[in-house]
Amino acid sequence: MLSVEDLKSCYGRIEALHGVSVEVRAGEIVSLIGANGAGKTTLLRAISGVQAVSAGRIVFEDRPIEALAAHKRVALGIAQVPEGRQLFEPISVEDNLKLGAWTRRDVDFKAELDPVYELFPVLFQRRHAAAGTLSGGQQQMLAIGRALMAGPRLLLLDEPSMGLAPILVEQILGAVQRLKQTGLTVLLVEQNASAALAIADRGYVVETGRVVASGAAAELLADKRVRAAYLGV
Amino acid sequence: MAENLQFAFSGLTVGTVYALVALGFTLIYNASDVINFAQGEFVMLGGMTTVFLAMAGLPLPLAALAAIASTVVVGLALHRLAIEPARTANPIVLIMITIGASIFLRGLAQVVFDKRFHTLPPIFGSEPIRIGGAAILPQSLVVLAGAVVIVVLLWAFVDRTLFGKALIATSANRLAARLVGIDTRQIVGFSFAVSAAIGAAAGILITPITLTSFDVGTLLALKGFAAAMLGGIGSALGAVVGGLLLGLLEAFAAGYLSSQYKDAVAFLVILAVLFAMPQGLFGKTRVERV
Repeated sequence: MLSVEDLKSCYGRIEALHGVSVEVRAGEIVSLIGANGAGKTTLLRAISGVQAVSAGRIVFEDRPIEALAAHKRVALGIAQVPEGRQLFEPISVEDNLKLGAWTRRDVDFKAELDPVYELFPVLFQRRHAAAGTLSGGQQQMLAIGRALMAGPRLLLLDEPSMGLAPILVEQILGAVQRLKQTGLTVLLVEQNASAALAIADRGYVVETGRVVASGAAAELLADKRVRAAYLGV
Repeated sequence: MAENLQFAFSGLTVGTVYALVALGFTLIYNASDVINFAQGEFVMLGGMTTVFLAMAGLPLPLAALAAIASTVVVGLALHRLAIEPARTANPIVLIMITIGASIFLRGLAQVVFDKRFHTLPPIFGSEPIRIGGAAILPQSLVVLAGAVVIVVLLWAFVDRTLFGKALIATSANRLAARLVGIDTRQIVGFSFAVSAAIGAAAGILITPITLTSFDVGTLLALKGFAAAMLGGIGSALGAVVGGLLLGLLEAFAAGYLSSQYKDAVAFLVILAVLFAMPQGLFGKTRVERV
């Protein structure tokens, strides 16, 4: 469904990705794990088109997209839940969700809002509140809900567990698993490697801008090096 | 007493124009971080184009509409030809581009129009209305009413339509706006168009009172900028309040000190704001929850 081939990207003159290749197949949850600063977020930003790419290809459903503007990629079916949630804080929860469906102008909002409220009932209770007044966990739910409103086929999730209590992490990752059952494909970036690999089909380990290991999630969980470096065991 | 009322009337009239210019600054700043110093030229173009179209024989309302439309075209062209090609540049560079554009538009107006002062006939005559010993021109009331209509329309658009929400969303978080698929270039272009329309309307409304010429934009841009700073840059409410306050300050300074120092007030306000409260009256203070 998505294939990233030999992707390079720079911040100014400093290259952050030195030729990364990643493959995501339809219906999978694929986890990217790695330390802070490894380039995971840069990769997701490049896939969404908000980070310039200096070399390489990004192919989504057999279509090269590396030259497309960010809003066109959303319209094609790639939505991102960015790191740090990035909500429209002064705007109400419900309007944040409606803006999530910006690329689908002809859509019936009610029919689109219902499944999101079903997935995260607390958003329905707080639908008139400004997004900036939500708690951290609620904000993460809203960020995911907003991305779902775009009707994506591929969901990019950047550090959804960051700063959340363990019970909320479980809740959020549980929601991701339920989304997978509805047929959604997910590319998940996490520093919380054990949680990320536990729900994933496959995983990639990223270190300083390169993929250093990849394989089935269960294999990576059992891999000695991965366990020592990222799972703390 | 009557004197104070008189100062208040003239202050509010000119303050309304500052408020509209400041609103134009705010719209573009929120969408793009750019302070558009050609904002004053929009005001000039509105007034001058109306004057010349009316002289060419067009009925006044038609001339005014055509002037607003052509100023919008200029605003869009400014965005498309000068801002957009340099969009990856630092906002400071973009601000310099707008200063260049402002000089260019002033020069162009000198050639296309002329270097003389012009006026328009006031809509309801020039017989002052007496209130409490002070006199107010009917055109002043037209200016105030026009500004109220503009502000209400703008508010309704931003608050009641999804496109307006997208405008707020873009100013609140540009990265997130791009990630939900908002074409932020389109939003910035739109903000230039609306700012141009507001500026042109202000120019048309005020011309019967203050006259217009090719170079009225410079000082108006600086005054509008001072008003936006006073209100808190980025705040629409601040722009309106800042504009009215600056107009009042000017009128009272001119009345009680000397009218020669009138134009200095705006610059004193800029300095005072920078020293004492850089975020202005209604500036944002950011709170983040984790």
